Formats: sequence, C-alpha cells, structure tokens
Amino acid sequence: MAYLLGTFFAIFAFWMGNSGHYKPLMLGFAALSFAITLVLCARLKILDREGAPYVRLFGWLAYYPWLAWEVVKSNWVIIKACLRAELDISPSLVKLKTICKSDLAKVTFANSITMTPGTVTVEIEGDKLLVHGLYEANTQPEAFEEMDRRCARAADPAEKHA
Amino acid sequence: MAEFFALIGNTWEVVRFPLGGAACLLGAILCIVGTIGVLRFPDFYTRVHAASITDTSGAGLVLIGMALMAPHWIILVKVFCIMGFLLLTSVTSSHALVNAAHTAGLQPKIGPMGRSGHEEDEEDKH
Repeated sequence: MAYLLGTFFAIFAFWMGNSGHYKPLMLGFAALSFAITLVLCARLKILDREGAPYVRLFGWLAYYPWLAWEVVKSNWVIIKACLRAELDISPSLVKLKTICKSDLAKVTFANSITMTPGTVTVEIEGDKLLVHGLYEANTQPEAFEEMDRRCARAADPAEKHA
Repeated sequence: MAEFFALIGNTWEVVRFPLGGAACLLGAILCIVGTIGVLRFPDFYTRVHAASITDTSGAGLVLIGMALMAPHWIILVKVFCIMGFLLLTSVTSSHALVNAAHTAGLQPKIGPMGRSGHEEDEEDKH
C-alpha cells in the first residue's frame, strides 16, 4: 500500500510538473492515466522496494550531494590528466568487495563508481566488483570504503552494517 | 524588508542570465576537454574515463546553465527531469560499453605509461 501511494505521488508530481495545463479536461486525463498506470503496475507486480524506492528518498537526498562533490573533485583530476603535455597515467584493474546487501544498494554503489570520472565498474558478480581506474593510486580498495558505507546506509537503511 | 526582497529579486533577474551563459560556456569547454582526452588516451578503457567528463561535468554544467536561464518554472522542472535521466542513463550506458568490451575479451593496458612508464611502448604503437 505504501509503495502504491509512493508511486501515485511520484507520477502525480511528474504530471503536474510537466504539463502546465490545469483545466478540468486535462486533469481528468491525468486522473485516468494515473489509474491505468497504477492498475498496470499492480498487475505486473513491480510495486516492490525496487519499483517504488521512495522510502529511501531521504537517504539518497543526503547521499547525492556528497557524491556530487566527489565527482567534482575527481573531474578535476581527470581534466588535468587530459590536458597534461605528456601523458602520465597508470591504468589498473581492482577487485572490490562491497558490504551492500540488496541489489538496489549494489546498483547505487556501482553507479556511483562509474559516475565518478577515473573509475568505471566493469563487472558485478555477487558482492565482488571489478573496477577499472585511470590512476593506480586512486583505485586502491581503501579509496572506495567510504562510498561503500554511504551507499549501504542510503539504500538499505533497515539493514545493519558493521 | 519587502523592498529588500524585491531588490534581491531584481538583482537575481539581471544576474542569472550572465551566470547561466557562463555555466553553459564552461560546460561546452569541458566537453571539448573530454574529447581531447578521448583522442589522447591509449586504449578503450581509458578513453571511457575521458568520456565520463563529458557525461558528468560537461552535460551537468550545460543543464545548470539552462536551469538558471529558464523563463518559467515548468521549464525548470523539465530541465531537472533531463538531469536526473542523464545522470542515470549515461552512467549505465558507459558501464554497458565497458562490460561488453570485457565480456568480448578486450584486455586493458595496465601499469604506468607515458612519462612515468615505458617510452618504447609509446613508440611501438605509432
């Protein structure tokens, strides 16, 4: 039920933010399409914690500004690497072990690694991630521990993490 | 107090267009920097890193500039929607590219190269 309400508020905000027409006819169409969407979602059984992750919105609201600052910092490193007169890089492949439990948290973590310039997730298998990095010094497993912890806290607030 | 807020509002109306223009210009420059990186880096995996500058800071700054210059809040909502979709999809597509290359068996070049590494390797390539 909570997932249904969350989905309703999400599509409501999406429609109201995108349409800009508030005549009764358009609002009627809106109500009709909300009803059809919710019925289809319920029949497809995708209203679970991955299909409607709005409970975790507050965790993500705290997480993404931190990630944005990390992205800015590593952007600066890669911009310098691109524009340096002589090429000076040391690519490396690293295998990481994540503490994230659910698929959603793992996807958030892998997405964050890829979003940060200079590191990209090559493969996920179970709780192991294969990461390719542009600088060997920046791709040690210790460098990802804080991001891993913050991802786990943002996407799995209910589960206990050491 | 109301006059003070009106003053701030008027100043913002004047200032936001140059600010937005500057953000768009900076984003465009960063896209060019990313392209230079794509041309200079030695193999596929390192080129993906250079392309991720274009994905994150380039597109992000251009969209922030557009948001600053938006004439109406409806446009602002749409720009934020685009930003959200871009942040999710560009990352996913670069992961899909790299994963496909890895699955196909493309071996990445590992270890220091360029100034700190083997100069003869660089010569061999050309």
